[in-house]
Amino acid sequence: MASSCGCWVRDFLCSSIGRKTVMAATGLALFGFIVGHLAGNLQAFIPDHGATMKQYADMLHSKPALLWGARIGLLVLLLVHVVTAVSLAIANRAARPVPYQAKAWREASYASRTMMVSGPLILFYVVYHLLHFTTGHAHPDFQAGDPYRNLVIGFSNPLVAIVYIAAMAMLTAHLAHGLWSVAQTLGINHPKYTATLRRLSVLIALLIGAGYISVPVAVLARILK
Amino acid sequence: MKITLHVWRQKGPSDAGRMATYHHEAHADMSFLEMLDTLNEGLTLKGEEPVAFDSDCREGICGMCGIVINGIPHGPRKSTTTCQLHMREFKDGDHITLEPFRAAAFPIVRDLAVDRAAFDRVIQDGGFVSVNTGSCQDANCIPVPKKASDLAMDAAQCIGCGACVASCPNASAMLFVSAKVSHLGLLPQGQPERGDRALRMVHRMDAEGFGNCTNTRECEASCPKDIGVEFIARMNRDFTLSSALERQEKAGGGGG
Repeated sequence: MASSCGCWVRDFLCSSIGRKTVMAATGLALFGFIVGHLAGNLQAFIPDHGATMKQYADMLHSKPALLWGARIGLLVLLLVHVVTAVSLAIANRAARPVPYQAKAWREASYASRTMMVSGPLILFYVVYHLLHFTTGHAHPDFQAGDPYRNLVIGFSNPLVAIVYIAAMAMLTAHLAHGLWSVAQTLGINHPKYTATLRRLSVLIALLIGAGYISVPVAVLARILK
Repeated sequence: MKITLHVWRQKGPSDAGRMATYHHEAHADMSFLEMLDTLNEGLTLKGEEPVAFDSDCREGICGMCGIVINGIPHGPRKSTTTCQLHMREFKDGDHITLEPFRAAAFPIVRDLAVDRAAFDRVIQDGGFVSVNTGSCQDANCIPVPKKASDLAMDAAQCIGCGACVASCPNASAMLFVSAKVSHLGLLPQGQPERGDRALRMVHRMDAEGFGNCTNTRECEASCPKDIGVEFIARMNRDFTLSSALERQEKAGGGGG
């Protein structure tokens, strides 16, 4: 083997395909969180002025060991996803030191070419988002344990809502390419279903994006208050 | 037809290189490379250095030619090598940009000519099957399923031109390597080395400094032989499974 060091795990994880597999696996796990988080958010539309949402938040906070276990798990997933992405991006840049004077694209979608733009922007937004709705440092009037009230007050500022909507648009683009990319990287590609998978990837991304964006839009439209 | 060519000129591997502009009179019936031949005749008569470019069979089957034309390897016509492209694809007055296949793993020899020996080294590390010496065995004594044969032949169409690398935003060689891993791995004759082949060829690809696939599918759109990214998925499976399952070789080798 060309770069064998005797340890198959290290050989795999240092290889191009191994690192792509890490991206796919952590990406898929983070997507699971995104779906779960959305399910929590959509409780805002239950017309009980946030009682269900509060109950859900209390439930999540009732087992601190579980909550912190999940938080640390998510943080590790995110860190591995980001660090691997950076290592791949550095190698990719080195693989073409002199850029093309003129480059045209025949097939590559905008979303697929800008994963290293949408990704970092989402990361920056997540930091702000945690300061905004989890710790409350970036929130004008934060009350721990009352997520509905926090989100209505938070999104009443149109600028905050627009930044959120922009971040969710980035997430949509990231997922539109990322979801299908997970399947391809894990070796799932077959004429029977690849076309469907690719369309499904875009559709799921749009649904997720629409779901997230619906909350600030509803606050701005005074449907949630 | 009058055309304006913007051509990458680079004296050698260590030269920085720059674009040069040439006004040229071409004929619509010329092949793209014939057009370059006439450009070079003119340059030579004027005492200037002709533009170096790769070409060999000029039949679209050898994989030697390759120019990035207006930002697309092998130019605007799909499923076509540079040598099979004709000037009728262009209009009078067109500006045409000519650049080499750009990748760290493909050092520029001169102008538009690049060194693709990295591909040869990938092949040397695993692109072979073991064949016994002695009298040849009976034809057709190894059954090959028709579907496996068809798919293997699809992969075997790869001529190793490097357009996949040139078109990829990351200069990744995964389409090339996956075609080679697959066309042997799909056939019974390729089974003995199948696991090792995927491991060795991918590790060589990485060592040569190619980039990493981001599944943009630009390679399959640029491939003159229409090799699909389905083969990349197949290589990912072979590589991942082999990484986990392939046994270390024991000293002493096989029975004898």
